[in-house]
Amino acid sequence: MREITYLEAVREAMSQEMRVNNDVFILGEDIGVYGGAFGVTSGMIEEFGPERVRDTPISEAGIAGTAVGSALTGMRPILDLQFSDFITIAMDQIVNQAAKIRYMYGGKGMVPMVVRTPSGSGTGAAAQHSQSLEAWVTHIPGLKVVQPSTAYDAKGLLKAAIDDDNPVIFYEHKLLYKTSSHVPEDTYSIPLGKADVKREGSDVTIVATAIMVHRALEAAMELAKEGIDVEVIDPRTLVPLDEEAIITSVSKTGRVVVVHEAVKRGGYGAEIASMIAESEAFDYLVAPIKRLGAAPSPVPYHPELEKAHVPQVPNIIQAVKEMLKRA
Amino acid sequence: MDRLIVPDKITDNKLINLYKQMWVIRFFEEKVDEYFAKGMIHGTTHLAIGQEASAAGVCALLDVEDKITSTHRGHGHCIAKGATADKMMAELFGRTTGYCKGKGGSMHIADVDMGNLGANGIVAGGIPLAVGSALTAHMKKLNYVTVCFFGDGATNEGSFHEAVNLASIWKLPVIFVCENNQYGMSSPVKEMVNVDNLATRAQAYGIPGVVADGNDMIEMMNVTDEAIKRARRGEGPTFIEAKTYRWKGHSKSDTKKYRTLEEEKEWMRKDPIKRFKNDLMKAGFLTKEKAEKLQEEAKKVIEDAVKFADESPMPTLDDLLTDVYA
Ligand SMILES: Cc1ncc(C[n+]2csc(CCOP(=O)(O)OP(=O)(O)O)c2C)c(N)n1
Ligand SMILES: [Mg+2]
Repeated sequence: MREITYLEAVREAMSQEMRVNNDVFILGEDIGVYGGAFGVTSGMIEEFGPERVRDTPISEAGIAGTAVGSALTGMRPILDLQFSDFITIAMDQIVNQAAKIRYMYGGKGMVPMVVRTPSGSGTGAAAQHSQSLEAWVTHIPGLKVVQPSTAYDAKGLLKAAIDDDNPVIFYEHKLLYKTSSHVPEDTYSIPLGKADVKREGSDVTIVATAIMVHRALEAAMELAKEGIDVEVIDPRTLVPLDEEAIITSVSKTGRVVVVHEAVKRGGYGAEIASMIAESEAFDYLVAPIKRLGAAPSPVPYHPELEKAHVPQVPNIIQAVKEMLKRA
Repeated sequence: MDRLIVPDKITDNKLINLYKQMWVIRFFEEKVDEYFAKGMIHGTTHLAIGQEASAAGVCALLDVEDKITSTHRGHGHCIAKGATADKMMAELFGRTTGYCKGKGGSMHIADVDMGNLGANGIVAGGIPLAVGSALTAHMKKLNYVTVCFFGDGATNEGSFHEAVNLASIWKLPVIFVCENNQYGMSSPVKEMVNVDNLATRAQAYGIPGVVADGNDMIEMMNVTDEAIKRARRGEGPTFIEAKTYRWKGHSKSDTKKYRTLEEEKEWMRKDPIKRFKNDLMKAGFLTKEKAEKLQEEAKKVIEDAVKFADESPMPTLDDLLTDVYA
């Protein structure tokens, strides 16, 4: 079976779509000969040319709005936003325009665009190049939010995102770019709003996103050695959220740890926890819901501080054990 | 012997010190380059080797009270504004003795005591900050000026245009210094902007726009002097475009596919340090021996900085949550 990296999977999803649909194009900073800050678009300008792999000036507000306007009038742009931290600059066009146009116009018009953007820490790039700000966009009705954790998911979810007639924010994790998994060569689509059980278990549910899926799986393997059976659920898309998959799992295990890389305060884990508390799964809980997220500080530069800033495998193991001790 | 025409403020002694300073900047960056390549420093870095004249030439005219805002490519600005290589190197090594206690790294070095309001990881992020600093000077009737460094690429951000306009309508004491090194990360300025000189953009905001040879120390000092005088007279901002070139890639991961070796060589022949050395020698300020001695001294500054950084303590986990709020 063929294995490719997460980075290659993202590129393949775009290339395959661009081969069959002339309306799909990419715009962004340094995506041409440079191949993008992380190499995702490497080789694409050679295949598709500078019209469809469009190098832009450093103008996030302008290029975001240009994407929205072209989407509104019949194109299907993919905006390559070099680092997800820079969404701050593109935010007006994404939040006040893209997200609202269809609703404000009474159901007329649509904005079929994808904002692909790398997020997360672990590269030593410090406070302005390492954030996980996905909770901001989940708060905005009209936007969909995707966070793939594997190469397989990245390819299928990106196809679904490009096919979707709404603005989709597609978060790619920098530390996952070089991870590989089995990825079919043919195109396939993973529906937005469908969670994936990455590991089945009966004692505790861990709901984890992006890089935390991998840390949760590692923790689960360690815990299995001590006879603790962990289920790992990857929502894959935050909006729409597969509530049912989470509720089913938590109803089975009675215990849940929610873990993400974003700062815990105001993070999307709060939404997931509240959703569980409001659901019928509440009756099955035998311990309080536990959330793990980054410390309430900007991302520090020093490598040890940077690691300590976000949940690591031992933190997840500890959270699970403490939860089991309680009940 | 050629006579050097430099601003009054630039004494003979200062000229000599500036020559040494340029080497301190060059050696600092070469050392950083080496350590990144060896994996001894983590994260990322942006080197301004080849651009020393704009940093040193502009800051030569500034007093301690004057302020600068800098960029991701800011080591040179920082040294030229009076920072010590010790604390800068310590920052890159992630030590508590570093300018940001090891929490900021290369892209965030600030030396507020010396008037450096900080490097910036956000392209054009420092431009409105500089205007704000100039607004303080204006409102508190303080006499300092603020120099705002940024790249060619930054002039395509909305915040550049908004900030320059503000500074112009309020006649604020700020000098916009655009270091046009011909490229953003990979994008040639020729393809990203439809005017030959970025200084032309100043016209739209009703302020003077000056094109300068960014590899010529003497010219950089003279145009800056003019701009500062204008700012101190209350006549408002000036935009200086310093044409220059970065010898190295954009950051450590750059393979430089977007430019040619010939072009690089052509610009390396215009080495700003060599040029300044020739100017100083021709005017009788410097002998070959003296030049070599200064270069050796500069090298020693960096060796000492490495030693200082290496012997400095690492932060502890208790430092994670300090300094989030004032
Ligand atoms: C808002 C924002 N967009 C993009 C980037 C990524 N980036 C960092 S430096 C750079 C190029 C900047 O070019 P220029 O302003 O000419 O400065 P130079 O690097 O040439 O010194 C880019 C695109 C960023 N850091 N911030
Ligand atoms: Mg540049």
